[in-house]
Amino acid sequence: MNMKIFIPRDAAAVAVGADDIAVAFEQVAAKRGLPVEIIRTGSRGLCWLEPMIEVATPKGRAAFGPVGTEDVNSVLEAMASNGPHALRLGIADEIPWLKRQTRLTFARCGVIDPRSLDDYRAHGGYKGLERAVSLGPDAILNEVTASGLRGRGGAGFPTGIKWKTVAQAKADRKFIVCNADEGDSGTFADRMIMEGDPFLVIEGMTTSGITVGATKGYIYIRSEYPHAVEAMKAAISAARRGGYLGDKIGGSTYSFDMEVRVGAGAYVCGEETSLLESLEGRRGLVRAKPPLPAHHGLFGKPTVINNVLSFAAIPFILTEGAKAYADFGMGRSRGTMPIQLAGNIRQGGLFETAFGVTLGELVDDIGGGTFTGRPVRAVQVGGPLGAYFPRALFDTPFDYEAFAARDGLIGHGGIVVFDDSVDMRKQARFAMEFCAVESCGKCTPCRIGSTRGVETIEKIIRGERVTENLALVEDLCNTMKFGSLCALGGFTPYPVLSALKHFREDFAPAPTTLQAAE
Amino acid sequence: MTAVYEPCYDSWEETRGAEIIAEHAGQEGATLVILHALQEAFGYVPEAAIPMVAQALNLSRAEVHGVFTFYHDFRHKPAGRHVLKLCRAEACQAAGGDALAARAEAKLGVSLGNTTADDRVTLEPIYCLGLCATAPSAMLDGRLIGRLDEKRIDALVAEARR
Repeated sequence: MNMKIFIPRDAAAVAVGADDIAVAFEQVAAKRGLPVEIIRTGSRGLCWLEPMIEVATPKGRAAFGPVGTEDVNSVLEAMASNGPHALRLGIADEIPWLKRQTRLTFARCGVIDPRSLDDYRAHGGYKGLERAVSLGPDAILNEVTASGLRGRGGAGFPTGIKWKTVAQAKADRKFIVCNADEGDSGTFADRMIMEGDPFLVIEGMTTSGITVGATKGYIYIRSEYPHAVEAMKAAISAARRGGYLGDKIGGSTYSFDMEVRVGAGAYVCGEETSLLESLEGRRGLVRAKPPLPAHHGLFGKPTVINNVLSFAAIPFILTEGAKAYADFGMGRSRGTMPIQLAGNIRQGGLFETAFGVTLGELVDDIGGGTFTGRPVRAVQVGGPLGAYFPRALFDTPFDYEAFAARDGLIGHGGIVVFDDSVDMRKQARFAMEFCAVESCGKCTPCRIGSTRGVETIEKIIRGERVTENLALVEDLCNTMKFGSLCALGGFTPYPVLSALKHFREDFAPAPTTLQAAE
Repeated sequence: MTAVYEPCYDSWEETRGAEIIAEHAGQEGATLVILHALQEAFGYVPEAAIPMVAQALNLSRAEVHGVFTFYHDFRHKPAGRHVLKLCRAEACQAAGGDALAARAEAKLGVSLGNTTADDRVTLEPIYCLGLCATAPSAMLDGRLIGRLDEKRIDALVAEARR
C-alpha cells in the first residue's frame, strides 16, 4: 500500500522550503522503490515547526519537523520503519500546542487537500450549507444572530445584524463581498484559511448569499498573497464543477456565484468602503458613512461585506448550531478567535481558542517568549493600528471590550512580540509614517496629521523641545482619533499614544550633561 | 535546488495592449483587472495604454491615471531584471528585519525603492507578506523566503544579481 505523506503548500511552509521538500521526497522514494502518495495540504499553524511533514499511520498522522532537504532520506526511513527520529513530533493531533486549542474554524486546515472538493466533503464540508438550505433565510439569520458572531476583521460588529439589514433591503441586485485584504502585520489567519481550507470561505459566502438574497459574490484578496489567490481560484472552479456555485446550488432553488478580485498594494483598501471603491475600479478613497454598505454598498446596491474569518465561522455555526458556538467565549465576545502569534516569538503560529485567554498566557506560555531569548518588552496587538502593551498589561483577557477598556484593540487577532532591544520612539514614528504613506487622502486629520506626526516625533528623537513636542503629539493624536473618516487615521493614534503612555522612558529628553559642582 | 527564475515580459505593442483591454473590459469595475493584466504582460503599465483603458471603459484619462497612481503595485516603467521585496512591517521589524534591509541596501548599493544602475535588481519594501511567524521574510520574483538571516539575505542578493 502507498505510504501517504502530507506536505503543506501553505505560503509560510513554502517560504521555508516545503516545495523543495516535496520534490525531494518524491525523488528519494522513487530511488528507493518506496511507493508513496504525496498530498499537499494547508498548514496546521505550528509555524516554528514548518516545514512540518506528516505520514498516515494506524494511530493517526505522525508529524516530523522542521524538516530540511538534508533530512528527507532519514525521515522517509523513519516513516517507513516507524522508527525513531530526532525530528519526530509524535501524533500531530496529540501535540500539546495543537491539542489545547479549540479549532472550530481551523478544524480542517492542515488536514485536508485544499484543492479537493471531495476531501472537504469527507471532512464535514457543506453540511452547514445543506442545513442552511433546509432552514431558509429567516432561520439562518436567527442562528447567526444567536451565535453572537462579531465581525472578525477588527470592528467586531454583530454579523447577524449586518446580514439582517441587507436581507431587509429592497433592491434588484445585492452583493456578498469577502474582505481578504489582510494587510495588518502580524496577521495571517485569512491567508492560511484561504490556502488551507478555501471551500470553507466559499461555503460561508454562499450561505450569506442565500440568507440575504444575493446571487453574486466577490472575494477581494491582496496582491501580496499570490498563493491564496491561486488556492481560491482553484476552489471556486472546483465548487462550480461540483454544483456548489452557479445555478441551483447543491440541487436547491438558490443560485450563487463568485469571483476573485486582486488588490494592488493599498493598505487602506482593507477598510470596507475603500475596498468597495477599489472593487468598482476606482481609487481606494474611503466613503463617508452613512449610508452603510448594507444599504448602499457595491455598485450602490445592498452589500454584505465581511472578513474572511467571519464567513469561515458560519459553516460551523450552521452545522453544529448557534449554541455550540456561543458556548465558547466570554462576555459579549462569543465563540473562538484564531489568534496569530508573530514577530520575535519562539513558538509562533495560529492558535485558535475561545475568547478569554490572557495576553500573558498567549505570549509567555503558548508562544514561549522570544526566539532571541531576550525578555519580552512590548507586544503590538491588532496590526499597525493596534496599541503596544507592556508586560504590566499581560493580564488583559483576549476580548473586544477588555482590550478597549485599556485603550487597545484586538483587531484581526495578530500579536507581534518585541524583545527589550525595541526602541519605542522608532515604533511610534513608524506608525505615523505608515499612515502617511497609506492614507487615501480624503480627510485632513489623516492626510496631514500623519505627516506632521512623523515630523514631530522626529523632533523628539533629535531631542528638540521634547516636553512641548510630546504634548503636541498627544494633541495631534486626539485630533486624528476623533476627526478622521476611517480607522486608518482614527486608530493610528493607538500605537503612538500607547508607546507614549507605557514606554515613556524611551521618550525622555536626553540627560543633560551634569555641570561640575563647585 | 531552486532554479534561477527570470521573469519574462513582452515589449509594448498597441495591438497586444488593445487585445488585453478588450478581453477584460466587459467586467464590472474592470479598471484594476485591466491594469493588472497589462502589467503582467509587459512588466509595467505603458503610458500609452492609459488613454486606451479610459476609452474602453468610458472614463476620462485623468480617472484612469488617478487609479494607476493610487496603487503601489503599478509601475510606470519596467523594473530591474529581478525584483527583491523585503517585508518591512512590524513583525519583520521585531524579528531583526531592519538590520537585514540595511545589509541588502549596502550590498546592492541602492536604497529600498530603487533599481541598481545596471538594471539587474529592483529592491523594494513590501508591507506584509503574511509570513509573520517565520519572519523576517522576502519575495524574489514571486518566490517566498522566510526566516531570513545574514546568510540567506546574502544568498538572495547574490542570486538576484546574477
